[in-house]
Amino acid sequence: MNDTERTIINGLQGGFPVCERPFLAAAERLGLSEEALIDGLRGLLDAGVLSRFGPMYHAERLGGALSLVAMEIPAADFEQIAGQVNAFPEVAHNYARDHTFNMWFVLATEKPERKTEILDEIERITGYRVYDMPKLTEYFVGLRLDV
Amino acid sequence: MDGMITLDETDRRIIRETQAGLPLVPRPYHAVAEKLGLSADEVMARIEDLLDYGVIRRIGAVPNHYRLGYTANGMTVWDVPDEQVDALGELIGALDYVSHCYHRPRHLPDWPYNLFAMVHGRSRDEVESKAETIAGLLGEHNRAHAILYSIRILKKTGLRIGD
Repeated sequence: MNDTERTIINGLQGGFPVCERPFLAAAERLGLSEEALIDGLRGLLDAGVLSRFGPMYHAERLGGALSLVAMEIPAADFEQIAGQVNAFPEVAHNYARDHTFNMWFVLATEKPERKTEILDEIERITGYRVYDMPKLTEYFVGLRLDV
Repeated sequence: MDGMITLDETDRRIIRETQAGLPLVPRPYHAVAEKLGLSADEVMARIEDLLDYGVIRRIGAVPNHYRLGYTANGMTVWDVPDEQVDALGELIGALDYVSHCYHRPRHLPDWPYNLFAMVHGRSRDEVESKAETIAGLLGEHNRAHAILYSIRILKKTGLRIGD
């Protein structure tokens, strides 16, 4: 990674301006040219070092429901249940974790009441209990990675 | 501002158009406006409102932490007294290496933990030493804790609002 890329990653995890020439304004703050910033971002996105560049939306404030859900699935059934859970388009992320609670997924529904329906359906289809863990309070969300 | 905002169809069109990213052109908001048949001033004003109301958390680069060498990602979970959880959550959420920190419900007796903090490190050793620091900060309030590492991504799609 070169100095320009490091400057972009460390300096632009937030605070991108809303104005006619935002790349120019951000570039001046970072000591870069507008073109170097745009090219640098394109390179970092193409290389997969950045997964996205733009607004980060707060899912709950879009009016839907969001929850973290855990399940405890025996190893022999794991792949089959993962397939059943992942088949719901409302399941956004799903991770295997090394714990007796070994499946953890994020459920995002546009209508709040849909969440309970989907959780009931997952229990019915899979035969395993779901542990719904919606956030009660958020203390911090963000990434402060330094490279 | 932390109140609720009622999103109208124009807001939703702007959200759909930008949730995968902003166009990498010198006038990105103008490009979005042109695509949607809106004026650039209206797009920028609405994006400012979405920022003010917290519908947009921030605008910037989202690093792929795996590609930056942060390959050990531990979900640390803690059982702390409910009456202390807010103060402790603020304390732990302020640590540089914690990317998400939430109060979530317990499910007794199977799941006693009520405070979640995602910790990122370059190795499990690094995550464990950071978890030790957290344990030290929580002190006697930490009744039990665990670290759950992700061992496999089973599904990963962005959070998207529907069409």
